[in-house]
Amino acid sequence: MIQVTWFCLVAIMIAVYVVLDGFDLGAGIVHLFVAKTDPERRQVLRSIGPVWDGNEVWLLAGGGTLYFAFPALYASAFSGFYLALMMVLWLLILRGIAIELRSHIESPMWQSFWDLLFGGSSALLAILFGAALGNVVRGVPLDHDGFFFLPLWTNLMPGKDAGIVDWYTLLTGCAAFAALAAHGCYWVIYKTIGDLQTRARRFGSQVWWVVAALTAGITLSSFQIQSNLNMQYQVHPWGYIFPILAAAGLIGMRILSLRGKDLAAFLASSLYLIGMLTSAAFGVFPYVLPSNVDPAAGLTVTNAAAAEYGLYIGLAWWIPGMILAALYSFFVYRHFSGKVVD
Amino acid sequence: MDSALAVHRLHFAFTVTYHYIFPQLTMGLALLIVILKTIALRTGDERYNDAARFWAKIFAINFAMGVVTGIPMEFQFGTNWARFSKAVGGVLGQTLAMEGVFSFFLESTFLGLFVYGEKRLSPRMHWLSAFLVFAGSWMSGFFIIATDAWMQHPTGYKLGSDGTVQLDSFWGLLLNPWTFWQYLHNMTGAVVTASIVMSSIGAYYLLSGKFNEYARIFVRTGVIAGTLACLIMLFPTGDQQGAMVTRHQPVTLSAMEGLFDSTEGAPIALVGQPDTDKMTLDNPILVPKMLSFLTYRRWGAEVKGLKDFPRDQWPDNIPLLYYSYHIMVGLGTMLILLMLLCSYSLWRSTLYDARGLLWALMLALPFPYIATTAGWMTAELGRQPWLIYGLMRTADGDSSRVSAANGLFTLIGFMGLYLLFGILFLFLVHREIEHGPHTEVVPVQGVAQ
Repeated sequence: MIQVTWFCLVAIMIAVYVVLDGFDLGAGIVHLFVAKTDPERRQVLRSIGPVWDGNEVWLLAGGGTLYFAFPALYASAFSGFYLALMMVLWLLILRGIAIELRSHIESPMWQSFWDLLFGGSSALLAILFGAALGNVVRGVPLDHDGFFFLPLWTNLMPGKDAGIVDWYTLLTGCAAFAALAAHGCYWVIYKTIGDLQTRARRFGSQVWWVVAALTAGITLSSFQIQSNLNMQYQVHPWGYIFPILAAAGLIGMRILSLRGKDLAAFLASSLYLIGMLTSAAFGVFPYVLPSNVDPAAGLTVTNAAAAEYGLYIGLAWWIPGMILAALYSFFVYRHFSGKVVD
Repeated sequence: MDSALAVHRLHFAFTVTYHYIFPQLTMGLALLIVILKTIALRTGDERYNDAARFWAKIFAINFAMGVVTGIPMEFQFGTNWARFSKAVGGVLGQTLAMEGVFSFFLESTFLGLFVYGEKRLSPRMHWLSAFLVFAGSWMSGFFIIATDAWMQHPTGYKLGSDGTVQLDSFWGLLLNPWTFWQYLHNMTGAVVTASIVMSSIGAYYLLSGKFNEYARIFVRTGVIAGTLACLIMLFPTGDQQGAMVTRHQPVTLSAMEGLFDSTEGAPIALVGQPDTDKMTLDNPILVPKMLSFLTYRRWGAEVKGLKDFPRDQWPDNIPLLYYSYHIMVGLGTMLILLMLLCSYSLWRSTLYDARGLLWALMLALPFPYIATTAGWMTAELGRQPWLIYGLMRTADGDSSRVSAANGLFTLIGFMGLYLLFGILFLFLVHREIEHGPHTEVVPVQGVAQ
C-alpha cells in the first residue's frame, strides 16, 4: 500500500534526522560541560562544523516530504502545536547563527555569548523534540475537521484537557534531552582527543544512567497513556523487534564505550535512537496523530495521505533524489573523517 | 490588525520579505563567483581567486542568514496556512519536497566543501564545488518559483471529491508556462542585485583609494553582468511576465496601472495616486497610448479598466499594489540607465576615474533590493484576493484554530529577532568589507578554521 510505504519513508527520514542532527544537538548540550577552554570548544565546533547544516537539511527535506505525502497531518500538527513549533523555529535560528558567527570575531566575550546560546538552544530543542514525540504518542484533541489547537500547558496532566506540556510529555522531553546529550557525547569522544575526550568519557558514562532510567520511565508510562500501543504489540508481536533494537543499542553503547570502541558506541547510540523512534511509530500505527478525545477522529496513514497519483509520482523522484543525497552525505563525512586536530 | 487573517498574512509577508533579502544576493553571487573562479582557472590569475574568496565570505554570511530565515517559510505553510496546506499539500508538497531533496542537500554539502575545503581540494574540485553551490541555489529558486507560479496560475491539478486539490499531471505542475518567465525574471533579478552589490563595493574601494586592483575587477565584473541582467529584466523577461498577467489576471493589470475606466489607446501612468473610493487616479502624469501599446502591441487597443470587473475580484490593496509596481518599474529603469552609462564609460576606459559615476554606483546598492522586493509585492498583492488564483480565496486558507493573539505573539517575536539579526548582519558584513580582499590562501572564517 502506497500510503504505508510513504509512512515508512517519512519515518526513515525523521530517524536519520534524529541520528544526524541529534549528535550535533547533543554536542551543543555537552560542550558547555566537557569543553572548558576556547581551543576545546573550537574542537567541538569543528567536529560538527562542516556537517551540521547538512544534518539539519534532513529536517527540512523530511518536513517537505511529510507535507507532500500527508498534507492533512502536516496542516493539523503544525497549526495545532503552533506555539511550540514557533519556538522550535526561533531556537533553530538562534542556534544556526550561534554556530556560524562564533568564529567571526576573536574575543572571549563574543565567543562565550555564542557558546551559551549554542548550548542553551541545543538543550531546549532536544527537550521540545522529545515533547513533540510525547504529544504524538499521547494524542491531541482532534475535531472531526481534522484540526486542533493546544496551549503550551494547562494543568500538566495528560488527560483530555492537556496542553503541549504535561508530565508525560515533559518526561519524554527530558528523555530526549538525556539521550541526545549521550549521543552527542559519544560523537565528541569519537572525534576528539586529550582532556576534552577524557571529560566527555566521564560525562558519557554518568549520563548513561539517566538515559537508562528515563527510558524505563517513558516505556512504562507510554503503555499507560496510549492504549493503542498495547493493542499493536499484542496483535503484531513481531513489532517487539523495535524495542529490542532500542534495548540492544542502550546496552551496547554502555559496553562498547567502556571498552574504548568509540565509533561502535556512537553507532550503538544511533541504534538506540532509531529503536525508540520506530517503537513509538509502530505503537501508534495506523494512526499518525491519534485523538485523545474521540479515537474515530484520529489522523491515520490513510485519511491523512495525499491522493495516490501524486504519491506514486513522488516515488519516481524521491528515490533517485535520496540516493544522491546519501552519496553527498557519504562524500562529506568521508572528506571530514578522522579526529579533529587543532 | 485584530483579525486573525490579517495577522497571518502579515506574518508570512514579513518573514518572507525579510528572508528574500539574502537569497537574492546569494543566488546572483553564486553565478558571479563561478565566473570569477572560471577566469582564475583559465588564466591562472590569482587575483580572481582572491576576489572569489572575498565574495565567498560575504556569500557565507548571507547564506547562513538565508538558511535560518528560510526554515520558517516551510513551517508557516502548516502553522499559519493550515487549511490551504491541507487542501493543496498533495500538489505543492511535490515542489517543496523536491526543493529539500534535490537542492538543500546539494547546497549544504558543497557549500561546506567550497568554504572550508580550498586547502584540501584541487583547483578543479574547488571550482566544481562552487559550481554545484550555484546549481543547488538556482534549482532551489526553480522549485520555489514553481510553487508560487502554481498559486498565480494553477495547472496540472484536479479537484478531489473530499474538497482537496490533487495532482493530475506532474509535468503540468513543473512545466507551468507561468513558471518559465517568472523564474527567468526572478533569477535575472538576483543577478542584478549581486552585480550591483559587487560593483558598488568596488566603487567604494576606488573612491576611498583602497584595494585598487581588486576594486577594478569588482567594478568591471559587476558592471558587465549588471548591464546584461538589467536589460534582460526589461526584455524579454519583464515584458513576458507582464503578458502573463495581462492574459491570466487582467484585473490585476488594471489595478497595477491604476486604470479605472476601460480605454482605447490607454495611457500609462508614470506618477499618480489611485483613489479606490472615487475611482480616479489623482495627479497623474501620463504617457498617451503607451499602456495599450505595451500590453497589446497596438496603439489603439482597448485596455479594460477596474470598473468593468466585479468588485469582489479586485485585489484588496490596490494602492499598495500600484505603488509596488511603479517603484519596481521606476527603479528598474534608473538602474538600466546607470548600468548603460557605466558600461559606456568602461568601454571608453574612463570608468575607474569617473568619480561622479562611481559615487552613483556606490549609492545604488540598496535600489536593486528595493526593486526586487517591490516586484514580489506586485506579484503577491496582485494575486489577491486569491490564495490560488481563481481556485481558493486567501480568506479560506489560513489556520482557523490559531487566534490573532497567538499569531501576533509570534509575529512580534520574529520582528524582534530579525531586528537584532539585521544589526548583527550589517556589522559583520561591514567588517568583511573593511577587511577587504587579500592574497593569502586562508579558508573563509568559519567553524572549520
